[in-house]
Amino acid sequence: MRDLGADASVDITDVVCPVTFVKTKIALEELDPGQTISIRMNDGEPVRNVPRSVKEEGHRILKLTDNRDGTYSLIVRKSADQA
Amino acid sequence: MAVDYASLKKGGFMRQKQRDNFSVRLKVVGGSMTAEQLRTIAEIAQKYGDGHVHLTSRQGVEIPFIKLEDIEAVKAELSAGGVSVGVCGPRVRTVTACQGSAVCPSGCIDTYALALDISERYFGRELPHKFKFGVTGCMNNCLKAEENDVGIKGGCLIEWKRDDCALCGVCVKACREKALSVEDGEIKLDEGRCNYCGRCVKSCPADAWHGEPAYILSFGGLFGNKIATGKAVIPIVLDRETMFRAADAAVDFFSRHGIPGERFRSSIERTGWDALKAAIEEEARVHA
Ligand code: SF4
Ligand code: SF4
Ligand code: SF4
Repeated sequence: MRDLGADASVDITDVVCPVTFVKTKIALEELDPGQTISIRMNDGEPVRNVPRSVKEEGHRILKLTDNRDGTYSLIVRKSADQA
Repeated sequence: MAVDYASLKKGGFMRQKQRDNFSVRLKVVGGSMTAEQLRTIAEIAQKYGDGHVHLTSRQGVEIPFIKLEDIEAVKAELSAGGVSVGVCGPRVRTVTACQGSAVCPSGCIDTYALALDISERYFGRELPHKFKFGVTGCMNNCLKAEENDVGIKGGCLIEWKRDDCALCGVCVKACREKALSVEDGEIKLDEGRCNYCGRCVKSCPADAWHGEPAYILSFGGLFGNKIATGKAVIPIVLDRETMFRAADAAVDFFSRHGIPGERFRSSIERTGWDALKAAIEEEARVHA
């Protein structure tokens, strides 16, 4: 599910912890500071933990959308002070 | 040479099955040691032991195969290297702790600092039987608080800050107790479900949850010949002073009512949980 408006997207519904976070981190690294990304994740463990990990990495969470198909999309703005 | 085993044991020297060999138990607080202390331990194990150390189930370190005639030298060299000898027998033992909020992202309380203070206050105190304190930083309970005679678990007493909330819904999903929901543009907390884990606070991107560190105490845990889970007795405690008064009350209770050779749990069951609860409530001035 692409979120219109985000600069990039990544789907982590095909992996489990801890790869969910690794995949997220790699996707974020490919962005420029200030760009946004939509991260699609499964309900359960991923949506409980990935938003918090992203926050702890210093990025800004803009929105969490329930896709109503057992997945959620987290919209994140990459931290300005991380190249 | 006459050997006083009782005084040896108090000093943390435990007789091995091999005659005249002792395993030296060291004092470790909260599972934390400096590299310098570890170096001292390694040197002594090499010089006086057989070159190995044993890590105990409660974060202790023991140096086995110390010879009777070397005990005084070992004590002196340990002390010069900043390492103290531990205790065994009927007294307050090693205070264990997880890494807590100083290191772990999930931590609600500073377990290291608390373990040091607890150790300072109670370590080595003589009681009817061994007595263990364990400190764990949050509901994840990595340190298994309820296995201890007194267990202390960090919690977060939470408060929602409406003005800062973006209603993103992250906390609602982060909560594993289903204590949170969004209703009419508000986050509703079902207090009966909240277990003080602090996941909402840690996950909120807008810092719209205030989390006040708090202490969840358990009493009478055992994990040896008999196994029993420590019980809560009093509600979550908000400040360190009250927490210490409650712990004081538990230790005093054991010292007053315990029969030598009986663990705290047995004293509580013989005297009654209500009696313990009353003693703690009186001393700590907390009421359920
Ligand atoms: S109990 Fe909590 S604070 Fe302690 S190590 Fe485990 S997760 Fe971290
Ligand atoms: S995570 Fe924070 S901002 Fe999002 S709904 Fe919960 S309290 Fe509001
Ligand atoms: S403290 Fe834990 S249980 Fe309570 S509302 Fe927050 S996430 Fe849920």
